[in-house]
Amino acid sequence: MFKRFIQLMLLCFAVSASAQASAGVAPDALIKGVTDDVLTTLRNDAAIKGGDARRAADLVETKVLPHFNFMRMTALAVGRDWRTASAEQKKQLSDEFRTLLVRTYSNALTSYRDQTVEFRPFRMAASDTDVTVRTQINQPGARPIPIDYALEKQDSGWKVYDVIVAGVSLVTNYRETFSSEIRAGGVDGLLKTLRAKNATTASK
Amino acid sequence: MTNMKNQKTTGLRPALVAVVAASLLAGCATSGNPKDPIEGFNRAMFSFNETVDKAVIKPVAQGYDAITPRPVQTGVSNFFANIADLWIGFNNLVQGKPGEALSDVSRVLINTTIGIVGLFDVASEMGLEKHDEDFGQTLGRWGVGDGAYVVLPIFGPRTLRDTGGFLVDITVDPVANHEPVDVRNVALGLRAIDTRASLLPAESAIDAAALDKYAYVRDAYLQRRRSLIHDGNPPREVEDMSYAPNENLLTMVPIESTWTFMLVGAPATGNVDTPVVAALNTAQH
Repeated sequence: MFKRFIQLMLLCFAVSASAQASAGVAPDALIKGVTDDVLTTLRNDAAIKGGDARRAADLVETKVLPHFNFMRMTALAVGRDWRTASAEQKKQLSDEFRTLLVRTYSNALTSYRDQTVEFRPFRMAASDTDVTVRTQINQPGARPIPIDYALEKQDSGWKVYDVIVAGVSLVTNYRETFSSEIRAGGVDGLLKTLRAKNATTASK
Repeated sequence: MTNMKNQKTTGLRPALVAVVAASLLAGCATSGNPKDPIEGFNRAMFSFNETVDKAVIKPVAQGYDAITPRPVQTGVSNFFANIADLWIGFNNLVQGKPGEALSDVSRVLINTTIGIVGLFDVASEMGLEKHDEDFGQTLGRWGVGDGAYVVLPIFGPRTLRDTGGFLVDITVDPVANHEPVDVRNVALGLRAIDTRASLLPAESAIDAAALDKYAYVRDAYLQRRRSLIHDGNPPREVEDMSYAPNENLLTMVPIESTWTFMLVGAPATGNVDTPVVAALNTAQH
């Protein structure tokens, strides 16, 4: 009888634990999981090490992108002009920006050698909906490079909306460029520039 | 120091004069960015630097990277990093961070001895973290605003404040002051090549990322400096939707007054902790 009770308890615990996992992994665990996953692939993939950017892009698409909120990232990059864009323009902007960031990130992955990633201490309150997970890339013979991920909580789980490398936000770093493009040619002008940029990088 | 500068720029002087003249003639084609009031000049200087880099500096750095075994490169980097730690320690001290300063001095003692004249960074392995400080950051800590963004010939992006800091940095630089002169020149050259070589991997990522390389590098530099001044924990910027137009105007000091601050060293405005606050923060840790 008692044994049955314990079994039932364990079962309940397991069910609730798995339910919790699908509802949302903790942000630090999420970043750690994705990072470990990507690093394992990188270490064993000769093609990416050899500079195959397309293969690196596949890796980014499948493992990394599902955890990013590109609409939010694009809004952050565009800044106050975001409000003037139509829903359709917002969609297109975020698609083009996504392509640009994937290219950049995959490009960076091909220069991976034997760096390791260290996770800085992380604390959050249960009620937090916006947190920063801090990591650092350690490389032999060079100063570590801090990489911070800003995440926000959504119904589908925690989503990354900013990546900050050595103090430089890869998202807000575009703000001045984007707003001067918008000043010169409106939102469509910015879209055109983004498309042209993505087309030239694609042909390389 | 003066010699060093002359030597570096002599051959390039005619080209430099041409660039400066062209940019002045072109009038400053600015997009009205308050952080970059001399954008026309800066863009001209940026492309001049890119040209020099592509023609001379980068090929040399690539050659060095190709023929020098990795452990030797690491040793060279460590050697110059060790020399720099003393000045880093001084800057930490005058920024009101005695704990960090002590750690920097310990690093020098350990790396110079156990680390064999700095070739090995033993101190990092012992848990004494390498810091990144310079006099421009110290001025920032003291409350001096960025001032205008400016691209220096060869040396690249700075703010007006960081240009002032940089002049102090090179004045006290032990490598630049080393005698005899020929050893010094070799050392300066090697350090420059080592620095440039360490930047090679980042470059293709910037090319892939930037719509406008000049603006991308400028904005990354400004963000990076802001982060460094706050030791990696800058106050969070205003959020996207509530993003105020030109929020930076709030924290930015006009150029003229920045110069005044530089000259008289007056603590100013700004959201930077004063040394006293910083010291208290350090004490609490």
